[in-house]
Amino acid sequence: MAARIKPVMTDRAVIWAATGLAVAVMLLLLAPLGALGLSFSAATLTVAEGSALRFTLWQSVLSAGISVVLAVPVARALARRRFVGREVLIATLGAPFILPVIVAVLGLLAVFGRAGWVNGLLATLGLPAFSIYGLQGVVLAHVFFNMPLAVRMILHGWQAIPTERFRLAQSLGFSPRDVQRHIEWPMLRAVLPGAALVIFVICLASFAVALTLGGGPRATTVELAIYQAVRFDFDLPTAARLALLQFGLCALAFLVAARVALPSGFGAGGGRIGGPPAPGGWHRAGDVVAITLAALFFALPLGAVVLRGVPGLVDLPGQVWAAAGRSLGIALASTAVSIGVALVFAMAAARGRAWPALAATLPLAASSLVLGTGLFLLLQPYVRPSSLALPVTFVINAALSLPFAFRILAPEARSLYTDYHRLSQSLGLTAWARLRWVVLPRLSRPLGFAAGLVAALSMGDLGVIALFAGDAEATLPLIVHRLMGAYRMDQAAAAALVLVALSFTLFWIFDHWGRRYAAA
Amino acid sequence: MEYSIPDFLPSFFGERAMLKRLLFIPLLATPAWAETPVLTVYASTSFASEWGPGPAIETAFEAVCGCDLQYRTTELIPSLMLEGARTEADVVIGISTDETLRARATGLFSPHNQDLGSLTLPVEWTDNTFLPFNYGDTAFIYDNTKLTNPPTDFEALVALPEDVKIVIQDPRSSGAGLALVLWVKSVYGDQAEAYWQRLAPRILTVTKGWSEAYGLFTSGEADMVMSYITSPAYHMIVEQDETKVAAIFSEGHYFTAEVVGQIAGTDQPELAQSFMDFVLSPTFQEMIPRVNFGFPVKLDPSLMPPEFAKLNLPPKSLFYTEAEVAAIQDEAIAEWQRALSQ
Repeated sequence: MAARIKPVMTDRAVIWAATGLAVAVMLLLLAPLGALGLSFSAATLTVAEGSALRFTLWQSVLSAGISVVLAVPVARALARRRFVGREVLIATLGAPFILPVIVAVLGLLAVFGRAGWVNGLLATLGLPAFSIYGLQGVVLAHVFFNMPLAVRMILHGWQAIPTERFRLAQSLGFSPRDVQRHIEWPMLRAVLPGAALVIFVICLASFAVALTLGGGPRATTVELAIYQAVRFDFDLPTAARLALLQFGLCALAFLVAARVALPSGFGAGGGRIGGPPAPGGWHRAGDVVAITLAALFFALPLGAVVLRGVPGLVDLPGQVWAAAGRSLGIALASTAVSIGVALVFAMAAARGRAWPALAATLPLAASSLVLGTGLFLLLQPYVRPSSLALPVTFVINAALSLPFAFRILAPEARSLYTDYHRLSQSLGLTAWARLRWVVLPRLSRPLGFAAGLVAALSMGDLGVIALFAGDAEATLPLIVHRLMGAYRMDQAAAAALVLVALSFTLFWIFDHWGRRYAAA
Repeated sequence: MEYSIPDFLPSFFGERAMLKRLLFIPLLATPAWAETPVLTVYASTSFASEWGPGPAIETAFEAVCGCDLQYRTTELIPSLMLEGARTEADVVIGISTDETLRARATGLFSPHNQDLGSLTLPVEWTDNTFLPFNYGDTAFIYDNTKLTNPPTDFEALVALPEDVKIVIQDPRSSGAGLALVLWVKSVYGDQAEAYWQRLAPRILTVTKGWSEAYGLFTSGEADMVMSYITSPAYHMIVEQDETKVAAIFSEGHYFTAEVVGQIAGTDQPELAQSFMDFVLSPTFQEMIPRVNFGFPVKLDPSLMPPEFAKLNLPPKSLFYTEAEVAAIQDEAIAEWQRALSQ
């Protein structure tokens, strides 16, 4: 009989743990929102706040549109050409997701700034200069981050078209144009809106890009306006009003996105034989140009950071290493919490409950500055906010990465449950034995991948820390930002290099650990 | 190869304990093990940076005080408002004359106890709380090898060719930015918002602080930068470069001084007071033109660096008293924000 009782207890333990954690997540989201609601005074927006709202929407629309439109030729070229380094290039397209924003901004400034390479080229050609400040710069940075995501989603769409259709088209004598119209266009029509929506939602909560490249009141996102209201004006009612506005925006986008089938950006790029036909002539030349330009667009800014950063590595100020230690601490702590909570939710969801998925996904409706401002209002009367900068950043990073971790773990946890539930039951494994012998080994691959993502995201995060931190609490991304502010660009680049190396190493270690553990 | 959990847990918990230390060391470190008393001075980033006057002033004061002067760089007034009586500041340095109203309203400052009779300021100074240490007029700085036809008034600034870009600071976070908004207000009055709308296309970007803006100018991103009439002295003294000059506007230039104040609730009252005494000393005042590149408030003219004689000086200075600033500041910033939002 014991064999029957214990698995039931396992189920119950998982459900209880998930319930407790769901309550904790809800509290973490609702308490700040409650604090914001209490300090809410006037419902009307000033001219400047209205302009921040318009700018937020407009730059998101532009960023999403441009990312998706530019991604189509690149994805098509990658889908129909085979060349050395193709797999590596496709895998690298996942890198911007974990690239710290501040590093990319530094690189983009070197390439697209007024004294940068592109404007040097434009000047020799006698063309007018491109300004990286304001709307153009914000959109440029968002395209840099999100176009690779769009390429992966669209490439996935292309690869999902059965090869037989292309063969049939070939045997019917379709021209490339006919293939486009009858096979590729219907796929794009299905994939593009979802891809654009994902990017639109990501850009709605843009903070670090607007902080560094937004130029004054004309290029201020709502998220940045919240920060300014707190840090510049110490105007907490205004900050609360803006934070509620931002929450409304994100929650609305979240509801819309939940109703649209979103394409997947993960796992694209299997080297399958076949694929779309690869026409020669100018099609081929076009594909070469598309791939080359895309690769340059991503490689040049990073190359610029490396070139500029390497010489400065030898005499980095001590504050950089101290900040790196703090960032590592926050990254590891938020990874442990986020992955632990996501695993419990994923296991509860695998047992047929719907609410764990909701609890794990809800943080998507909040943003770093919204939660930060709420917590700021709650804590500020009792403690000096800078003394809580690190704990608050850790908690918010853990909460905001929960949806990603859950999304990676949930499907795997479900199939694990289906495959091994009966077996574990008949073996009479206890909850811990089951975690140790079944769950961790079988889930180690997605666990490692999710932990790598969360750690890298948290390492590079420049959000709520800017709201709370003084001098002594700065994380590495904030130090890079401050060095840029003091115009010590060489030191900023060197610190950025340390940052990007730590982020990618964290990702690699966790991901590698997961794969090795799975293979063992 | 098989990994088992017991192998993995101890290191996990070890890491956690390390994490905890990493997370909390910075919060406890400063006062706990310091034997020499620490004077905490809140300053702007530009003040405390290696190009600012901060390091030289720190060295000079530490040579006489037997203490450790530590800067905490921050947005001064919002930090004080936020921290209130919990502030860790003993002294706050670098508040501009336009910000003294908001600083005074925090109620955190105590009198400076200095004799103001011997000051060499162009305006009369009677404030017993805030002590000036540096002054100058605002000005746009440009490179005379790149901009051969500099503007001579605000209208000419708007009429610059389209590719000439200026960079300014946010008045909510920067003393220079606030001085510019008040400068425009003092020249244009009711028409200030309309002027900002016309100037908007010339503005490359608005930065949080002075140093970001000045960096954009020196690195070639912008052609003109909002700064001070004395800024070219930096290039002459440090870089032997005479190409960076101030554009002189016929309307006059806005006067601004930087002040220092001591916190009433300080745990180092004697150190704070001796720092206030130090500010008007010849050592400190002689450093002002050489490391802060501004006019000192109490110095024999013969001790000034010769480069100051080469500066372009304005025909007249414009100035708002604290009470006048109080009356117009919010409106002037709102006009700026509205105009640049569009």
